[in-house]
Amino acid sequence: MDYFLLVITAVFISNIVLVQYLGACPFMGTSKAVSVALGMGGAVIFVMTLATALTWPIQHWLLLPYRVEYLQTIVFILVIASLVQLVEMFLRKFVPPLYESLGIFLPLITTNCAVLGVAILVQRSEYSFIRGVVFSLASGAGFLLALVIIAAIRERLDTAPVPRVFKGTPVALITAGMMSLAFYAFRGMGG
Amino acid sequence: MHRLWKEFSKGLWKELPPFRVLLGLCPTLAVTSSAENGLGMGLAVVFVLTLSNLIVSLLRKMIPPKVRIACFILIAASLVVTVELLMQAYVYPLYQTLGIFVPLIVVNCLILGRAEAFASKNPVLPSVADALGMGLGFTLSLTFLGGIRELLGNGTVFGVPMTWDSFQPLSIMVQAPGAFLALGLILAAMNAFSNWYSRRHEETPPRALEAITSCSSLGAEPMVVLNGDDANGNGNGANGR
Repeated sequence: MDYFLLVITAVFISNIVLVQYLGACPFMGTSKAVSVALGMGGAVIFVMTLATALTWPIQHWLLLPYRVEYLQTIVFILVIASLVQLVEMFLRKFVPPLYESLGIFLPLITTNCAVLGVAILVQRSEYSFIRGVVFSLASGAGFLLALVIIAAIRERLDTAPVPRVFKGTPVALITAGMMSLAFYAFRGMGG
Repeated sequence: MHRLWKEFSKGLWKELPPFRVLLGLCPTLAVTSSAENGLGMGLAVVFVLTLSNLIVSLLRKMIPPKVRIACFILIAASLVVTVELLMQAYVYPLYQTLGIFVPLIVVNCLILGRAEAFASKNPVLPSVADALGMGLGFTLSLTFLGGIRELLGNGTVFGVPMTWDSFQPLSIMVQAPGAFLALGLILAAMNAFSNWYSRRHEETPPRALEAITSCSSLGAEPMVVLNGDDANGNGNGANGR
C-alpha cells in the first residue's frame, strides 16, 4: 500500500515533467511524434532506474562514510555518463533488438536533467534502496506518460489552424501548461 | 575589439537564451517563480558558464575530440560544486529556495552547448565574451520571466508590492502551469515582434523558433536523423554543427 502511494505520487501527483519541471528539454525536443516519444520514454525509465540503483550504494558506502558529500554532483554525473555508455555498448552487443529501438536515444540521456535530478532527489528525500529504485521507476513512467500525451497532442496540432506566431514551440509550451493544470487536479489525492 | 563586442552582443538579442535559442529550459521554468530567484539562478549560471568557457577554450587543443563531451561535463561539474559551496556559505536562503536546481546547472544545456559550439573552437577572449553575453542574456531573461510571474501571481516584483489593493493574484502563475504558459506567451510575443520588425525594415524574417533545437540533440549525431526538420535549421549557434 505504501509503495502504491509512492508510485501514484511519482507518476501523477508530482509528475516529474509537469509538476517538478525536470527534463523539460527532451520533453520539448523529442515530442513531435508518438513513436519517438515512446522510445525516449523507454530509454529514460531504463537509465533512471539503473542510475538510482548505482548511485544509492555510492552515496551510502562511499560518499557518506568518507564525509565527501559535496562531491555528489561530480560523482553522480560521471556515473550516469559512463552508465549510459556502458548500457549502449551492452545493448548493441547482446540485445540488438532492444538497441534498435532504444539505442539512438541513449546518448541524449546524459544531458537529460531528469536522470541526475531523480538520483539527487532520492538522496535528498533519504529513501531506502528499494524505495529509491521504485521511486525512480515510477518517475520514469511519469516522464513516459507526459511525453506520449504531449506527442499525441502535437501530432494533431500539426494539422490544426494555429496562429502563425504560435506555431511550433509556443503552442507546445501552452499545451504543456494546460496538461500541467490537469495534473494539478491530482493534488487533492494522496497526502 | 569589434569582434569581441559582436560575440558579446549576440547573446543579448540575436541568440538570446532561453527565448530565442531554447537552451536550459528546466531552470528557466523551475526557478522563475519570483524575480529574485531568477536573478540568483542567472548569476550562478554566468559564473559557471564564463569559467567553463574560459577553461574549455584554454584546453581546447588538448581535449581529445572523442571524449570531449565527458571533459566538458567534468569541467562544468567541478565549477558547479564550487558554486554550491559558495552559495551555501554566503547566500544560504537562496541556495535552499533553488534547491535541486543548483546541482542541476551541470546538465544545463546552455553550458555544454556553448562549450561544444563555441569555446572548443575559439580563442580565450572571444569565448569569455561569448559566455558573458549569453550569461547576461540568460540572467535578464530569467529575471524578466520571474518578474512577470511574480507580478501576476503574487502582485509583487522583487518582493515590492506593485499592484493596486483590489488586485486578485492569479496564484497559478507562480506554480508549474504558469511557467509553461508564461514562457509560451513570451515566445509567441517575440515571434510577433520579430515579424513586425522585419516587415518594417524589409529584411527577411529571422529563423523561426521551430528551427531551434533543444539541447537534447547535444553530442548526439543520431538526433539529426530523428527530427530532420529541426536539424536543418541547426545553424542557430546553439549547436552550430
